[in-house]
Amino acid sequence: MLHPVPTLKETPSQTAGPYVHIGLTPNFAEIKGVYDADPGSTMLTPDTKGDRITIVGKIFDGAGAPVNDALVELWQADGDGSYVAPMAPNSNSAPAFTGWGRQPTNGDGVFSFETIKPGPVPGPDGKPMAPHVNLWIVARGINIGLQTRLYFEDEAEANGQDYVLNKIMDPRRRLTLIARKEAGDVPRYVLEINLQGDKETVFFDM
Amino acid sequence: MSDIILPGADGVLYQRDRAWHPPANTPGYKSTTFRAPRNALLSLSGTASELTGPTFGHSAINPLDNDLIRNYSQDGSEAIGQRLIVYGQVLDENARAVPNTLVEFWQANAGGRYRHKKEAYLAPIDPNFGGCGRAVTDENGFYSFRTVKPGAYPWPNGVNDWRPAHIHFSVFGHAFAQRLITQMYFEGDPMIWQCPIVGSIADKSAIDQLVARLDRHNTTPMDALAYRFDIVLRGRRSTMFENKLEGN
Repeated sequence: MLHPVPTLKETPSQTAGPYVHIGLTPNFAEIKGVYDADPGSTMLTPDTKGDRITIVGKIFDGAGAPVNDALVELWQADGDGSYVAPMAPNSNSAPAFTGWGRQPTNGDGVFSFETIKPGPVPGPDGKPMAPHVNLWIVARGINIGLQTRLYFEDEAEANGQDYVLNKIMDPRRRLTLIARKEAGDVPRYVLEINLQGDKETVFFDM
Repeated sequence: MSDIILPGADGVLYQRDRAWHPPANTPGYKSTTFRAPRNALLSLSGTASELTGPTFGHSAINPLDNDLIRNYSQDGSEAIGQRLIVYGQVLDENARAVPNTLVEFWQANAGGRYRHKKEAYLAPIDPNFGGCGRAVTDENGFYSFRTVKPGAYPWPNGVNDWRPAHIHFSVFGHAFAQRLITQMYFEGDPMIWQCPIVGSIADKSAIDQLVARLDRHNTTPMDALAYRFDIVLRGRRSTMFENKLEGN
């Protein structure tokens, strides 16, 4: 099938700047009373089905310094592997699970999401991809948002067959997307994200 | 049903024109030096993970969310500064309106000062200006908000670099791979062309896309000037839907 030629150009990106938290997580930025809650700050309700997990990330720049002014968004499937919508920007009125979260990094460059473990989503070849969450990172000094994924250490077999992980030629770089598991009542999955350097995270053009 | 996005060979997004956007590393904007990835990006054709995305309803938007003149008022007074209406249409590359999508905005106050604990500029805080707002586009893709014109301000990059007056924008679209953050500038501002962040974009016609136009027709007489800023998100290839070429 032939396709129409696009008639407009995408609006070019500009950095989110040092004060992205004012706009996207104003309560965290101590601007109180404009929004009841920061959008995406709560992903779970008591009615959410699925295995509770905590995803923790720490972002470093190329000099090894924590990136303490970043904004991270997470988009994931539910426990059955379906992407769900719609929702309201005020997370307090969201349905049982929306799949979308948004968190600032703190002074140590750390962000965390209280969520559920996603199920496998079909890949382009029809085979299931390994469970993963999609991450989008913006900050001062990032000219266009960085897109990546987080996979789970305890899904080794599925990870080994994953469509995206297998597109990464260097097996050492595959490891930059796989979060380490820390057992507990609510398991924690911990990932170090490096914007640059020997352990630079794999980012996507998608 | 025009908003259904199907994964697969059709329905994927047009390839992002990375030469139209700023590259990751732009030495004139020094903060990119240690924050720009050095490896090539991994090309990924769209799966459901990229072609779906969060959508937002109008229900939880409060009436004052798109009124930065009043949404942080502490004592009933309005924010200080030149009163503006900023509006525009969110479209995709196929020139189709993007309805029901969340648009968020944030900015400095009229003196060029942000309400942020790390902000060190000597211009005063306005006690009645918070600097953030949001809107959901209507069925034709339009958003609008009231605000005051942000001031230009100096910033630590070169020894005497100044940002032109600007408003930050965040837009969702309907697919996570459409997610976009950008900045809006004001028509006729000579400060635009000396800014290292603006200058991170190589193509002058791409920069022109970030310049809002003065719109005398939508001015509110004796109250507020109007500026129009349209936003284009990535478009997607046509999809056969119920045997009809959809979206054309």
